[in-house]
Formats: sequence, structure tokens, C-alpha cells
Amino acid sequence: MRHTISVLVENKFGVLSRISGLFSGRGYNIESLSVGETTDANISVMTIVTVGDDWIIEQITKQLNKLIDVIKVIDMTELDHVEREMVMIKVSPRQEDKAEVLRIAEIFRGRIVDSGAKTYTIEVTGEEKKIEAIVELLRPMGIKEFVRTGKIAMAREGIKKS
Amino acid sequence: MKISGSEILIESLKKEGVRHIFGYPGGVVLNIFDFLHDEKELQLILTRHEQGAVHAADGYARATGKAGVALVTSGPGATNTVTGIATAAMDSIPLVVISGQVPTMLIGNDAFQEADIVGITRPCTKYNFLIKDVSELARTIKEAFHIATTGRPGPVLVDLPKDVTTSKAEFIWPEQIKLRSYNPTYEGNRHMINQAAHMISKAKKPLIIAGGGVIASGASKELRELAELTDVPVTMTLMGLGGFPGSHKLSLGMLGMHGTYYANKAVQDADLLIAIGMRFDDRVTGKIDAFAPNARIIHIDIDPTSIRKNVRVDVPIVGDVKRVLTVMNKVIREEVKEQWSEVRKAWSKQLEAWKKERPMTYDRDADIIKPQYVIEKIYELTGGNAIIATEVGQNQMWAAQFFKYDKPRTWLSSGGLGTMGYGFPAAIGAQLAFPDKLVIDIAGDGSIQMNIQELATAVINKLPVKVAILNNRFLGMVRQWQELFFHERYSHTKLDEIIPDFVKLAEAYNAVGLRATKKSEVEPVLKEAFRIKRTVFMDFVIDWTEKVYPMVPAGAAIDQMLFPEEKKKPEKKLKAVK
Ligand SMILES: Cc1ncc(C[n+]2csc(CCOP(=O)(O)OP(=O)(O)O)c2C)c(N)n1
Repeated sequence: MRHTISVLVENKFGVLSRISGLFSGRGYNIESLSVGETTDANISVMTIVTVGDDWIIEQITKQLNKLIDVIKVIDMTELDHVEREMVMIKVSPRQEDKAEVLRIAEIFRGRIVDSGAKTYTIEVTGEEKKIEAIVELLRPMGIKEFVRTGKIAMAREGIKKS
Repeated sequence: MKISGSEILIESLKKEGVRHIFGYPGGVVLNIFDFLHDEKELQLILTRHEQGAVHAADGYARATGKAGVALVTSGPGATNTVTGIATAAMDSIPLVVISGQVPTMLIGNDAFQEADIVGITRPCTKYNFLIKDVSELARTIKEAFHIATTGRPGPVLVDLPKDVTTSKAEFIWPEQIKLRSYNPTYEGNRHMINQAAHMISKAKKPLIIAGGGVIASGASKELRELAELTDVPVTMTLMGLGGFPGSHKLSLGMLGMHGTYYANKAVQDADLLIAIGMRFDDRVTGKIDAFAPNARIIHIDIDPTSIRKNVRVDVPIVGDVKRVLTVMNKVIREEVKEQWSEVRKAWSKQLEAWKKERPMTYDRDADIIKPQYVIEKIYELTGGNAIIATEVGQNQMWAAQFFKYDKPRTWLSSGGLGTMGYGFPAAIGAQLAFPDKLVIDIAGDGSIQMNIQELATAVINKLPVKVAILNNRFLGMVRQWQELFFHERYSHTKLDEIIPDFVKLAEAYNAVGLRATKKSEVEPVLKEAFRIKRTVFMDFVIDWTEKVYPMVPAGAAIDQMLFPEEKKKPEKKLKAVK
């Protein structure tokens, strides 16, 4: 099963490679990884999406916890939580499809962040399903480039953080 | 007053109670070495290879329980430590390895003798540091020792750029440190401990498997108390030898690939396994799906990742073995009614029967020197009162099987990584810590050549280490596999075209060399070696055909053991069945 794991880490040199080294060294998958600072400049939060059965996920969580620089590990999948991801999609539609592209962007509450003679760049934020849906709809219109941030996640109110 | 980084390093090590470090000089650590020149309290032991320095520090750590310390230069000095660090990491041995590094300004420039040793050792250290400012130095050293020696111990590397060793700062020693992200669990969950105690009291066929965690946490006394209190037999992993007295009537010796028949049978038949400070390595479990099919498992370990990594566990207890066992023994004494004496009679009878059926043995009547005979003689002549280091291969297994380790920290062997060349430097480290004890490295003719340069270290420092080479003129353990599984095709395992004359070699280093080629010479050679207060190499020319038995072939269940006669004379066995 797919799990979204939030990892609070000391914001130190080399931490990212300790985490990625743990996954590669033990043969675990990383589907996506995003890193950012928290309100405390000494702490970063990493959101890791990984796949594995219960045994593997248990090991991953324990192994992450064992890393000296890891302060806290939260398996979001076990909690009520909100997940978001952002994508930017550059489409280069035929003349007759242009209106349709704009309409799709609007339906998905996307924003046109750049437009040129031939292309639109659309920014969309949402859960994975939403992102997959817009990608499917835009695909026939001619996607030229596609970048996603990787997921970030947060537990809903009532679930204590640190 | 401001002092240099080199002085801060030395003062910090002294604050940590370090008396000996093992090391090798080079460009970027010249400043530190210069201060060591006049140093009285802190002695540097110059090895002849950085790998030797790290193994010596490791042997020192295993024998004393304190962190071992090594100091090396950047680049090749640092990369030479990697095998030693990985060896310590696999066996959870506390080390602090200090490597010099090129000046901070040059890091990343492919400077002369630059190696990204922090990157290289990241997967084989418990933690590592690159110090970028002299003001961090004292605290980092404190943290390094703290991390190395607490929780599940392990090696920590501190990379120290040259400019940090020369820059100046106040020496401020932090008496206390707290790392918010590092808090090992020491106390076991009381509810789980209770549950375990009740399971033990009811089990009909319980068995304790003791691992290196018993030794790391200093819990031999508590383990013995548990075993005696509840009358549960104990088997040990390779790393656990000495954690429970090998000569105790409840001891079944070692289990696993070359474990005793009765230990392996007991595991497969047990209804309850109490796994203490061990991690179910594949050399212990054999085929994992067939492991202990009838047993419920209680697993005590300080490292949560060890639990449920390889085998299912019914009662997990995360905590320090000593503290958990202390509570468990108390619960058993005070709260649990003794229920075992009657129900377990059949179990002890069964164990006795297995012991009789296949005791640990070899051809005792042979004229030629059998390696097991040498080990038994060492045991007999020392009364078990020695620190035994080993190399890797057959020598290591025979030393594990035929010597009974009654005390913790008297068995120094590379278990997890299986590093040839470990034993001799480790013995040197142990001898330095215990100058008056008898320290013996049991070696193979292959392994001893991997760090033979340390003869100089032993002789110069007047360390009376004894090396017993079981000389079979082969890379014996590999040859054994080739004989059994590769149609006796001895591809690149035959060493006898050039095997050094170990006696002359020892003499060339101003050590003593002795040789036994006949069985009758074994005892006199050993006696002579133990009498002489110098470094001694003993060359025992043994039967090269001898193999380590029992043996569980790779991938088989651990009760599927091979024994000598079954391989050699299968027809005899068939006849017996008729
Ligand atoms: C550094 C290293 N290289 C290779 C091996 C693989 N290996 C395991 S046992 C062995 C043979 C050891 O031969 P020797 O030291 O003569 O001991 P014996 O088995 O004959 O007692 C080898 C090559 C190893 N364990 N370590």
C-alpha cells in the first residue's frame, strides 16, 4: 500500500542524503519526496511517499526514527489528514483546442501562470486524484512539459503535532 | 585562554577518559600528532595500517566495554578505516574514529588526499560529523562519544579539517548534552514484560537465544539469573558467546549454521523462544520460513528495527536488556507462580537425549593435528581464562565450538561482517587494555596475512599477544564449500605454493615463532608460548581436510545439518536403516 510519511528532521547538512541513503541502501521505494523548512529554522519537514506492505512500512518508520537527525516520524496514512501537491503543466494546444484548455483549467481551479504564442502553463494544486484527472484531460491537447512538487501532508486539527 | 583545535581535541579525549588511541599520521593531522608528542596521559599506539588501528580500537572496546578511539589522516588514511568501521557497525561496537580532512576551504575541490569520508562512511557508521568550526569541536567530541556508547552502540566518525586543528578557541567542555532527536528507549514496557514472564512460566519447551546485546548491556548476571530461576536452557549466537557461561549445565552452546546439533534441534522444537539482544541474522535462522515453526517469540532488544525485521514476534520488548531482565526477574520471583518444574521434565530429557545423540566431537584418535584438538588444548591449558580473538573462517568456527566462554568480553570475533584480518589487531587492542591477561588470536593461514604487519605494533609495544595459526595451507572455509558444493574444485583457495614460514616471519619482526607438526608437539608449543612474555606466533600444521561440522547448508532449515559421516559414507547409513 502507498503511505505518506512526514519526517521532522534537524535542518543540518547531509540529512537529505542520510534519508535517501536509508531508502536506497535497504531497497525501499521513494515515490516522491519534498523538503522544506518549518517555522523553526532548525527543523525541516520531509514528506515522503512510499509503497510497501505493512512489514516494510513498519521497518521504514522504525529505520527513519533510528536516524540520529530525525526528530519525529508520522505516518499520515494512519491519521485523518490533508494532502496536497502542485503541478505545472505546459500545454501546446491546436488553435481549436485553446478554449477547451482554458475551460479545463478553470474547472480544476487551475491558474494560467504563463502564456505564450503557442503554449499555456497551468498551475494546479490538489490531491493526487485531481491532478491525475486534469493530466488525463489535457493529455490529448498536447502536454509539452510537466513538473510536480511531490506531496505534502498535514494532519487535521485535533491531532497533535510535535 | 584560547587553545588550538588540536589541543581541544586532546583535552576532550582526556575528559572522556580516553587513555589509548590507535592511529597513523599524515599531512593534515600533523598538528595533532605534534601535540601528542609530549602528551603524557594520552598514548597513541602507532599501528602499521589504518585498518589495523580501527580493529585494535574495536578489540579494545570489546574487551573493556569502553569506546575505542582511532586517529588517521585524510584520503587514503580515512578510506583505509572503512572495513574496520563497517566491522564495528555490524557488531554494534562503540568506536570514535577521528579522520583528518583537507582544509575547509579546499573541501570539494578534489584536493590532494581529499576523500569524502563522511559520505563514504554514512551507511556504515551510527553517525558521523564534519566539523567546520573549531568552536564546535569540544561539543562534537562529546556528542560522538555519547552516540557511540549509548543506545545500540556503534562507530561514529568525526572528520576534522586541518584548519580546524590549528584555529584557536576557548576550551569549553559541555558536561551535559541532550540531543532532542536521539532518545534510545531503555525501560521496557511493563505490560509486555509481565506478559513475557507469564509465558515463560507456562511454556513446556522454552529456549533462550542470547546475542551480543547481552554483552553490550552488561546483562550476563541478569541473564544467568533468569535462566536459573526458570530453568530455561540457553543457546548463544556467535556474538553472544560469553554472555552466558558456556560451561553451565543450561548452556547448549552456539546455534545456527555451525551451531550444535542440540541447540538447533531445540530451536526447531521449542514452543517459546526468548530472544535477548539478538537480531535473527540469516546465519542464525537458516531458512526463515522454516525457522522455529512451533514457537511463540519474545524479543527483547534496544533497537526497535531489530524487532520484526526478519521473524514474526509475539511479544516485542524494546529496551535495554539489563533493565528489562532485572524487571522480568523481579516479576517472575514475586508475581509469577512457579509452574515449570513438572511440565518441563520431558523437555530437559529431550535436550539430554540430543546432547548424547550428537555431541560436539571430532576424530580424537587421529595422529595428525586436528584443529579442534588445538582449541581444546588451549582451553584446557588456560582453564578458559583467556581473551580469545579470532580471524574468520574455519578457525573462527572451531574457536566458537571447542572453547567454552564463561565470561563476557573474552570473545572477540567479527560476526556480522566476517572480516578476515580482524583478530590479530583486535587482540593487540585487548592486550593493551589488559596487559596481564593472556590474549590469544586463533587464526587461519589466510586471514593472518591480511594484517600481519601489526606484528611490529605488538612487538614494539611489548604486547605478549599469542597467535595460534591453524595452518591448513588453504582458505579453509571457502575450500570446505568447494569440497561440499563445488565438486572439490579448489579454485583459488590453495595457498601452499607460497605460504610464508611463519616462524621465520615472526623472528624477522623480533617476535617468537614456534611450530608444531605433530600432535605430540601441540601441548609443548602452547605451554612454551604461554610461558614467554613476548609476542608469539604458533604455526600449527593441521589436517587440511578437516571441516567444520555440523553445517547447515545455505538456504536449509537449521535442523537440516550435515555431519561428516553422512557426506563421506552414505552407503553406511543406508545399511544401518535396513
Ligand atoms: C576480508 C575478507 N575477504 C574474504 C572473505 C571470504 N572468506 C571467508 S572465510 C575465508 C577463508 C579464510 O581462510 P583462513 O584465514 O586460512 O582460515 P580457515 O578457514 O582456513 O581457518 C574467506 C576467503 C572474508 N571473510 N573476509
